[in-house]
Amino acid sequence: MSNLFDLLVAGLATGAIYAIVAVGFTLLWQTSQTINFAQGEFVMLPAFLMLAVMQAGAPFWLAILIGIGLSMLLLGLGFKLLLVDPMLRHGVLPLAIATMALAIGIKEAVKQFFSAEASPFPSIVPAGDVSIFGHAVSLQSLGVLTLAILAVIGLTALLNRTSIGHQMQAAAQNPTAARIIGVPVERMILLTFLINAVLVALASLLITPIYLAKFSSGEVLGQAAFIAAIVGGFNQVRGAIAGGLLIGVVDNLAAAYVSTQYRAAIPLLLLIVIILFRPQGLLGRPEERTV
Amino acid sequence: MTGLPRYLQIALGFIVIAGLIIVPMNFNRYGLFILSQWAVMTIAAIGLNLTLGYAGQVSLAQGAFVGIGAYAAAIMTSQGLPLISALGVAIVLCFAIGWLLGYPALRVQHHYLAFVTLAFSTLAFLVFRNEDWLTKGIYGISNIPRPSVFGFPTNRPLPFYYLCLGSLGIVSVAVWWLIRSPWGRAFVALRENPIRALSLGIDTRRYTLMAFAIGSALGGVAGTLYAPLTQYIDPVPFNLSLSLDLLMMVIIGGAGFFFGPFLGAMIAVLLPEWLRFTQGYYLMLYAIAVILLLIYSPTGLLGILDRLMAERRTKMASALRAVAQSKLEAAP
Repeated sequence: MSNLFDLLVAGLATGAIYAIVAVGFTLLWQTSQTINFAQGEFVMLPAFLMLAVMQAGAPFWLAILIGIGLSMLLLGLGFKLLLVDPMLRHGVLPLAIATMALAIGIKEAVKQFFSAEASPFPSIVPAGDVSIFGHAVSLQSLGVLTLAILAVIGLTALLNRTSIGHQMQAAAQNPTAARIIGVPVERMILLTFLINAVLVALASLLITPIYLAKFSSGEVLGQAAFIAAIVGGFNQVRGAIAGGLLIGVVDNLAAAYVSTQYRAAIPLLLLIVIILFRPQGLLGRPEERTV
Repeated sequence: MTGLPRYLQIALGFIVIAGLIIVPMNFNRYGLFILSQWAVMTIAAIGLNLTLGYAGQVSLAQGAFVGIGAYAAAIMTSQGLPLISALGVAIVLCFAIGWLLGYPALRVQHHYLAFVTLAFSTLAFLVFRNEDWLTKGIYGISNIPRPSVFGFPTNRPLPFYYLCLGSLGIVSVAVWWLIRSPWGRAFVALRENPIRALSLGIDTRRYTLMAFAIGSALGGVAGTLYAPLTQYIDPVPFNLSLSLDLLMMVIIGGAGFFFGPFLGAMIAVLLPEWLRFTQGYYLMLYAIAVILLLIYSPTGLLGILDRLMAERRTKMASALRAVAQSKLEAAP
């Protein structure tokens, strides 16, 4: 049983990171119909930005702040102004393809300008174990879980409790009506892109100490977040959170109890079953069919 | 395509075909390999264009079908069976799987289908990697023999290139015929307005599945050529990124244009090769080129051409109108 407990904690920790990435993914979809195939690369890049700042001699905490700032500038503002804005009016598919090309571009740029090898990344949580209910639990997992939960609570509070959050939701649900009642829709959309940039930077900070900084690490992450978003519900923030946690746990349990070779298959089968029987996702609301 | 007179179109077609046959004769081994790869990828992209461009169904699994075809060819020809039998198996297998995979398309709409196919693509990759008894896993299958066509061995690069080119020709003619048949028109009706198509008496269920299955089968055809082309296959080339690459080819060439996949595959296969002189930067430059192209023309390369033609026609029409107008005014 102790094994199961450890697996659950580790699964929840990775799942919480998936959830952060998936939330950003659904935010972009809701406000601007952007299916961001580069989301995994968006998580991979900030770690390298932080490493670069540290190589320039800055302390870790400063590197984190600069990394988040650069991420907002490049992956938030730059992504929106240079790629999404010119392409959005042409429909979902060309934009999705452009983000695929962007994913290749980011990967290759990191490989070229930083390194093709995996680099270690300092952890913001100290190493070691603590004892909970008689189980040794790694501080790393616990810290990741705590920070991720704090981030999710903060974001939900922002969306549901503040005026800005309400305006963002209005802009996402019905841009025309929102504009009529005076919501600055454009600014709200930009804000979601900036929030996504902060979320991916945070996810980068949390996951890179575990899996090392590598140019290709975005592929797995992006796909996990993608599956989490669909399983939970593509149009709901809480759906993406539930989906992320579920995928993290299922992934870890599958690796231990089913087969390590097919661990990646279990979340995918879950995805197919969900799409066939509950296409709006576990917590999502059905989308109207457009004629 | 429609702006040129018919005889010019036919002449242009002949020049291109003759060029594809004659020019590569003194290419080196690597050049021929790249050109053969272009032909193979074009076949797969034509299949995806049928599914996406004509029937409007987004598939992220075309790479997996290429993989299924390639493994069918590799396994069967290694056992001494002829490639043509592997081709048959690949077509039937990919058609059947494509048909089954199309079922979710009936239940859910647009982007969800992309997700189902995405999941399938990764599942297929896992099977290629893990089922050692069948696919030899990560070690891959090597020494895949090249076939003899009507007694001509295609072991050397040039004859094999002609085999790929010939297959591309046959596929092109078949698809050309298909999209002009009532089926092809039904596919387009499905893309433009599924509900109106249904009300006009088109069995949308059957045609959606059909578009998916035929497109997938063409992926299988491409795969059966891919295996003897590289003569060694392992699971890596058939992961999700091949499916994404093929989708990119169709979109940058121009989805729904017959010649779109030809151009798209040319960009995707040849442009990185031309950019190789920039060494490590070539894939980065390729990505930037694709993004710029899509920002400039989201309907792809042929979309630009189409726009120019449309503009020219409008100009000519207004010029004719002006002439007619002045004649009318000159007449008493």
